[in-house]
Amino acid sequence: MKDNRYIELFSNPGKVLLDDIPVLNYDDFAAFLDSLMGEEGTHCVAYFVVPLPDKYKFICCMAADENHAILLCSHEQPLDPALSLQALTARHFQFHVFEREIHENFGIGFHGHPWLKPIRFPFDRADQSKGMNDYPFYSIDGDELHEVGVGPIHAGIIEPGHFRFICHGELVLHLEIHLGYQHRGVERLFVERPGTLKQSVLAESIAGDTAVGHALAYAGLIDSLAGYDVPEQLAAERIIALELERIAMHIGDTAALCTDIAYQFGQVVNEALRTVIINTTQLWCGNRFGKGLIRHGGTNYPLTDDISSQVLKNLDDVQARYLQVTDRIFSLPSVLGRFEGTGKVTTMQASLIGAVGMAAKSSGMYRDIRWSHPFSAYAGQLYEPVMLEKGDVWSRAMLRKLEVEKSMAVIRELIREFTIDDLRFTIEGAPQLKIENRKSKMVSKPAYDPPLAPSSLAISMVEGWRGEICHVAMTDSAGHIIHYKAKDPSFHNWMALALAVRNQEISDFPLCNKSFNLSYCGNDL
Amino acid sequence: MGFLLAIVTALFFPGIILRVKSIASGRKGPGILQPWKNILLLLRKGSVFSTTTSFIFRMAPAIYLSTVICALMLLPFPGMPSYFGFDGDFVLFAYLLALGKFLFILGALDTGSSFEGMGANREALYSMLVEPAFFILFGTLALLTGHTSMQQIFESFQFTGHNSFIIGFIAVYLLVQIAMIENSRMPVDDPKTHLELTMIHEVMILDHSGFDLALVQIGTALKFAMYGLLIANFLVPVDAGQILVNGEKWLMTGEKGMMNHSGAGWMMVLQVGVYFLVQVVFAALIGLMESFRARKKLIRNPQFIVTLSSIALVAFILVLLITFKMIG
Repeated sequence: MKDNRYIELFSNPGKVLLDDIPVLNYDDFAAFLDSLMGEEGTHCVAYFVVPLPDKYKFICCMAADENHAILLCSHEQPLDPALSLQALTARHFQFHVFEREIHENFGIGFHGHPWLKPIRFPFDRADQSKGMNDYPFYSIDGDELHEVGVGPIHAGIIEPGHFRFICHGELVLHLEIHLGYQHRGVERLFVERPGTLKQSVLAESIAGDTAVGHALAYAGLIDSLAGYDVPEQLAAERIIALELERIAMHIGDTAALCTDIAYQFGQVVNEALRTVIINTTQLWCGNRFGKGLIRHGGTNYPLTDDISSQVLKNLDDVQARYLQVTDRIFSLPSVLGRFEGTGKVTTMQASLIGAVGMAAKSSGMYRDIRWSHPFSAYAGQLYEPVMLEKGDVWSRAMLRKLEVEKSMAVIRELIREFTIDDLRFTIEGAPQLKIENRKSKMVSKPAYDPPLAPSSLAISMVEGWRGEICHVAMTDSAGHIIHYKAKDPSFHNWMALALAVRNQEISDFPLCNKSFNLSYCGNDL
Repeated sequence: MGFLLAIVTALFFPGIILRVKSIASGRKGPGILQPWKNILLLLRKGSVFSTTTSFIFRMAPAIYLSTVICALMLLPFPGMPSYFGFDGDFVLFAYLLALGKFLFILGALDTGSSFEGMGANREALYSMLVEPAFFILFGTLALLTGHTSMQQIFESFQFTGHNSFIIGFIAVYLLVQIAMIENSRMPVDDPKTHLELTMIHEVMILDHSGFDLALVQIGTALKFAMYGLLIANFLVPVDAGQILVNGEKWLMTGEKGMMNHSGAGWMMVLQVGVYFLVQVVFAALIGLMESFRARKKLIRNPQFIVTLSSIALVAFILVLLITFKMIG
């Protein structure tokens, strides 16, 4: 019998008519989630409220990793300012962050929620009486305890964010992470500023270090809503861009980890290598961070043979040197002394908080959108994610190294496939014997502002270098976007950092922080 | 003499470290005098004081610098007396530095910042732990030479046999490590980090600015030169006769008397040359050590520092054995 409590999507990005999403009553909804959460690898990717004129519509998107499916269900609540629901967090901790967000934005209460701490302090929050500066931090009484507040202004090039430690000597008992200083109202801008070119640029600016990742998630949404069938060539080019970004960030992070432990040699070599990679992206699209490269419905920067051969050349060069320097890093006793056993997140903790991406993969969880919900050129091929089990700084550093190697292999494979593809075309009796500059023929320039499917909901997930990026858009009957949700992996993973530094030395906090390298603005939106 | 040479060295020392680190990381690096250009710039600026600080905070940099200068005056140069040498002067030397540090720690606590409190706490702990190593080392030397003023110790301590080579090697090793800890350099502290939570010394000077900051930086540069001078005292030969005895082959050909006669000025040039060589090697060594290794985990630092005391203790016992043998 078909379960009519949810609707299942098997494509990523996926699109569904709003009316097709089953509406449950809250008890059934909670019971349904209970049944889902019992299964391995099922996690919540988006849970949000759409305020309709007459009601609140709660939409929940669950990812079932093993089935490669996205499950959608919803419930509706009256527009009652005193509305209070039984918190899902009480049973499934990973909902804590979603319920906090809903509480913050709409003032909806959740009884049984352990701590409805604000996620960001947007100007459009429900309760305007409380501000960012009079926030009461969590505190513990004790004569021997002391509090250390760091930020929101930091040294160096760190984004603003406040960290409040409660310490016993050098030992951290509790860390409270306080963000929101960079709230720009991104989701609102998506709705208020129509024009898909503007929105593409906006998506690229959600988190500056994940320009390609977020742009790809947005492009997927619009392609899906506009019914654009992405040619294989374009799909491959997008993945090449995404993997280049991943390589650049991972190498940059390896350098930053070395900086934090004062290992100058590792730092300078990796910094130089990262430059080679981002310069490759610049050669391709004119921007080192890949801004402007990913557009829905086509591309302005087709990957020509010249560029792809240069990409391959640079990859060979970087790979050889990166492997050498990481061999050195991971065999140096003074480095291992800092990395090993520092900032541990257990598999249990990671799974409870619904960690995604690197934080999950380094803590023994098999969670990678490229494998569970293959998108773009990953569709149709089985990507085997890298997984490490220890969950310490060493794992997160090592994971970067392994993913760099893996991403390089993916790019090579994709570029090679094209040339073979050319061959196949000629052999299988395609009319052209030789396709000159095939790319520009296959892939068109992006056509902005396409008509979008009306009354639909589209969801697009991308495995950015940090982890799972999820964008959701809803359209009204005229095909205008009326609601937009963007989620950076940091949204889940900040909690992992707070757990990682417990019972660690406070002086190891910067190292732990860097090993996650979470996005402040990706959380603040 | 030693005092003047140390000041000259201090001009170059931070620059050499920086330059070596730059070259080791594939960069060109700033000019050797760049750190001092920065200091001159700071000297021309005024200071900004936080409203929570008291006179202690304003006093601290000046006292810190003056204790370093006083301590420097106690150090001899090989073959030449120090300004104020007396029996047991190494105790005064150590505690002059400790006094400067103590005021510096008070100044850091005076700001009321939680970072500076943590930094002060760590600095106090490490200074405390490194103290036994320094005293056991000098106790050992006193035992070996039978003198208690630094000048006499160094004059009578010569590389005249296998034993003294061992002791000398241990002493130089310990002094290099103590210098690294006292100056908050690499295995223990990271001078170039921007992360307040991991800092030890750097976090304590965060609130100092302008003129005061310049005083602190001059003090740091002098302190380096001072430890360099201390190490040089072991390695620079006192007189030519000693070189002959130790078999510097190119000098062996000369007559002892002739050497003494014509070589007084010669000797001076040689001594100063060896002195600068020692200082440059010391600075380069620091630069290299900081380039190719990672910093220790903070919690392992005390262990590392206590190890130095035990090495000093080994030397001490060694000397006890040697001297007993001589008596026997």
